[in-house]
Amino acid sequence: MSLAADNGRSLRLTALTKEFATFTAVRSLDLEVPAGTFFALLGPSGCGKTTTLRMVAGLEVPTSGTIHLGDDEITYEKPYRRPVNTVFQNYALFPHLDIHENVAFGLRRRKVKDVDQQVKEMLALVELESQAKKKPPQMSGGQQQRVALARALINRPEVLLLDEPLGALDLKLRRSMQIELKRIQTEVGLTFVHVTHDQEEAMTMADTIAVMNGGVIEQMGSPAELYENPRTTFVANFLGQSNLIPGSVTSAEGDVVRVDMHGTQVSIPADRAHTRSGDGWVGIRPEKVLIAPAGEPIDAPGNHMTGGVITDVSFVGVSTQYLVMMPWGQELMAFEQNTGRRAVLDKGTKVDVSWRPEFAFLLPASQDVNAGVLEEV
Amino acid sequence: MRRGRFTGYWLMLPAGLWLALFFVIPFYSLLATSLFDPKGSVLTGYDVDYRFANFVDALDQFWEPLFRSLWYAGVATAICLVLGYVLAYAIAFKAGRWRTLLLVLVIAPFFTSFLVRTLSWKLILADDGFVVDTLQFLQLLGDDGRLLATPVAVIAGLVYNFLPFMVLPLYASLEKIDARLVEAASDLYASPSRGFLKVTLPLSKPGVVAGTLLTFIPAAGDYINAALLGSPNQRMVGNVIQNLFTSTGDYATAGALSVILMAIIVAMVMVYIRTAGTEELV
Amino acid sequence: MTGLQRAGRWVGEHLVLAAGLLVLVYMFVPIAVVMLMSFNDNSESRNVYAFRDFTWSNWANPCRPDGMCEAVVRSIEIGLLATLVATLLGSLAAFALVRHDFIGRSVANTVIFLPMASPEIVMGSSLLALFVAGGFGGRLGFVTIFIAHVMFCLSFVIVTVKARLSGLDQNLEQAAMDLYASEWTTFWRVTFPLVFPGVAAAALLSFSLSFDDFIITNLNAGQTVTFPMFVWGVAQRGIPMQVNVVGTVMFLISLFLVVTNMLVTRKRVAAT
Repeated sequence: MSLAADNGRSLRLTALTKEFATFTAVRSLDLEVPAGTFFALLGPSGCGKTTTLRMVAGLEVPTSGTIHLGDDEITYEKPYRRPVNTVFQNYALFPHLDIHENVAFGLRRRKVKDVDQQVKEMLALVELESQAKKKPPQMSGGQQQRVALARALINRPEVLLLDEPLGALDLKLRRSMQIELKRIQTEVGLTFVHVTHDQEEAMTMADTIAVMNGGVIEQMGSPAELYENPRTTFVANFLGQSNLIPGSVTSAEGDVVRVDMHGTQVSIPADRAHTRSGDGWVGIRPEKVLIAPAGEPIDAPGNHMTGGVITDVSFVGVSTQYLVMMPWGQELMAFEQNTGRRAVLDKGTKVDVSWRPEFAFLLPASQDVNAGVLEEV
Repeated sequence: MRRGRFTGYWLMLPAGLWLALFFVIPFYSLLATSLFDPKGSVLTGYDVDYRFANFVDALDQFWEPLFRSLWYAGVATAICLVLGYVLAYAIAFKAGRWRTLLLVLVIAPFFTSFLVRTLSWKLILADDGFVVDTLQFLQLLGDDGRLLATPVAVIAGLVYNFLPFMVLPLYASLEKIDARLVEAASDLYASPSRGFLKVTLPLSKPGVVAGTLLTFIPAAGDYINAALLGSPNQRMVGNVIQNLFTSTGDYATAGALSVILMAIIVAMVMVYIRTAGTEELV
Repeated sequence: MTGLQRAGRWVGEHLVLAAGLLVLVYMFVPIAVVMLMSFNDNSESRNVYAFRDFTWSNWANPCRPDGMCEAVVRSIEIGLLATLVATLLGSLAAFALVRHDFIGRSVANTVIFLPMASPEIVMGSSLLALFVAGGFGGRLGFVTIFIAHVMFCLSFVIVTVKARLSGLDQNLEQAAMDLYASEWTTFWRVTFPLVFPGVAAAALLSFSLSFDDFIITNLNAGQTVTFPMFVWGVAQRGIPMQVNVVGTVMFLISLFLVVTNMLVTRKRVAAT
């Protein structure tokens, strides 16, 4: 079942700005969402992602800037005149209408024929055929979520907006709905713009993620790109966790930037170094950090540091998470898969630490090392 | 979504105009009336001659029913508060699935004629009625003692008539209280009575304030209970104002008395709200 | 725990409920008496305060007392008219207060509470003062009663509808507009059906307030007699038992309406 309009059009936001009385929610945002992609706007609450979504839906009028769908400008179009539909955060199902009528609502407003047949097909897609006569409050959260999805999808919008669609569900249900949503998007081939504060949710579903903070986009790219090569401390901390170690650039030639990190020389590939002079933060993901008891060989040729002491050990099943106090007084996180190759190390063990140079990244020292650390709700 | 900048004004206009014309402006008319020269009449017209002496005359002649109104209303409000709190508490915390039914029952009398119900009290408290007989049998009332035409009857009537005004706001604020707060209090070593005094009661304060005001104010202005259940000895200020307006035709004194009543009530309410420390009434 | 303690605890747990029910009984005793007396045959007696004989005749000939049914009809007319106007104007105002920002909104929010917090005798005499000052002193009647009733019903309507409206999730309206419903369609398909129980409750309240009002009405009625004024008039002499018939019928009708409205609301509330 393909709902995509034949002439799939991309969504383009240009210098989009929204100012409220006391603050600026979105600052001169530029964004292009190609047709047919699953796009996620990821950020902490108050970062402007929902405001952006609402401007696309027509529920909020931008202060300045434009919104285009293909070549048509829809910036000031009424919400009911744009080919865009929304799955609301708390679903906003009409409590006085049954499921069938909820799903039929948009079609009836547009005087489409054959409504009942289409509603039946759509309910089949979300596996709720048998519930058509129920009222929304009689359904579980997951079912309501699917009704909300069906109610929007049935209109074959060019862009489907999802505002924290899984926020109200419990963890397990959320995981299975993530897969379900991705499946439906692939099946129908529509453009999905998904707003969330849950980085795992964004990474699971989206083709492209834009990380928003303070009304601007910090970085945009595929989930792997963002995770492996963050360009700001905010992205490094908000998307997963990072060790950020102060250092200063000693040389930048060709493909490699060399950094002095508390006396240890580490090298970083040039395409991952986002500053090429002065001080900076050397970043490394905890699962890329390898540790071994002092003096024992580590099977990663690369940046090598000695003199660490394990200060905390958390066993979490698939992995063990260590905190290692380094000689310069900073605790580094190191996550190790429990492959059984070696016993879990004890607290107090003296260890050496190492990582492959190609996994490290370098960020300008001017950025706040704690940006995005505690933002995730 | 704000559809049009002036929509709000247009929507508000009819009701606002009605209230301005027939609620706010009349207060000025009343004030003007209270300063009339009392020698005029409806037929010959009145002169506004800023006769502040009207207030002195009114107080001089009618301080007794005025004081009595406040006194009766105060006592009735206190009794209403106790009875109403018990009922509201029972409905909010003890009634379980009967809650809605009980609430309907609280509102139900409210929808039956005030006068007919009050006359029904007259019948219940009648001299040879069941209540008086029982009280006489129990020696609580002398052999020729009676209930009608006593302050007891008037206050009982006031309590009866204004109880729903007390129960509803009390219920509204009690219902909002999270039962877990009381459990938390008992977990933190509060006995049930301590828990009530330290948690439930303070949290229901908005309801107490709203309920006492909604009971006291109409009770102070009421004269139906005094007229039907009392005697001239229980005359309240409402009786006086009503008589001055409709029988005597002494608009100036009646107006002055109305203004005094309103002023006293406003002053008391303000002091009360200040003391109770809540600005939010409903 | 000893048996005695357990018994004490049981009493303690149910004491409040029992006391509450007693209060409720107190509230219903007069209504029971009204119902009982509607079957009282006191045609032979001057004493209206005692039950003498059972009869259906009060119910069979409710209009026997002079002027009573006319008064009832007049009260119903005024009640319906005042309810219609107050519900309409009040609902509009409630929308303005909840959904729109305008200069003077907070003043308006305060002013609507004042009629509920003013003694009726003061409001009644104020209105009378206005009417007299405006030269309508000799023309008091149906119209002046109607004006007064709309005035005191308005506040109750506004407060009731406002409560319902502010409990309404605005996302629902936005969802409707997102699904191709214009402002007008959104109002009639979504907003109105969801606010309706509040409007119905407000109308019900208005009618009963209007039908029942005596103090304000009496001051502004002139020669017009409403049902409460009729009762007041006959209360001094001797009440015809048919008054109790009217009281009982009113009680039953309003109980029926309140219960219906509550059931509908509950269904809708459960649905929110």
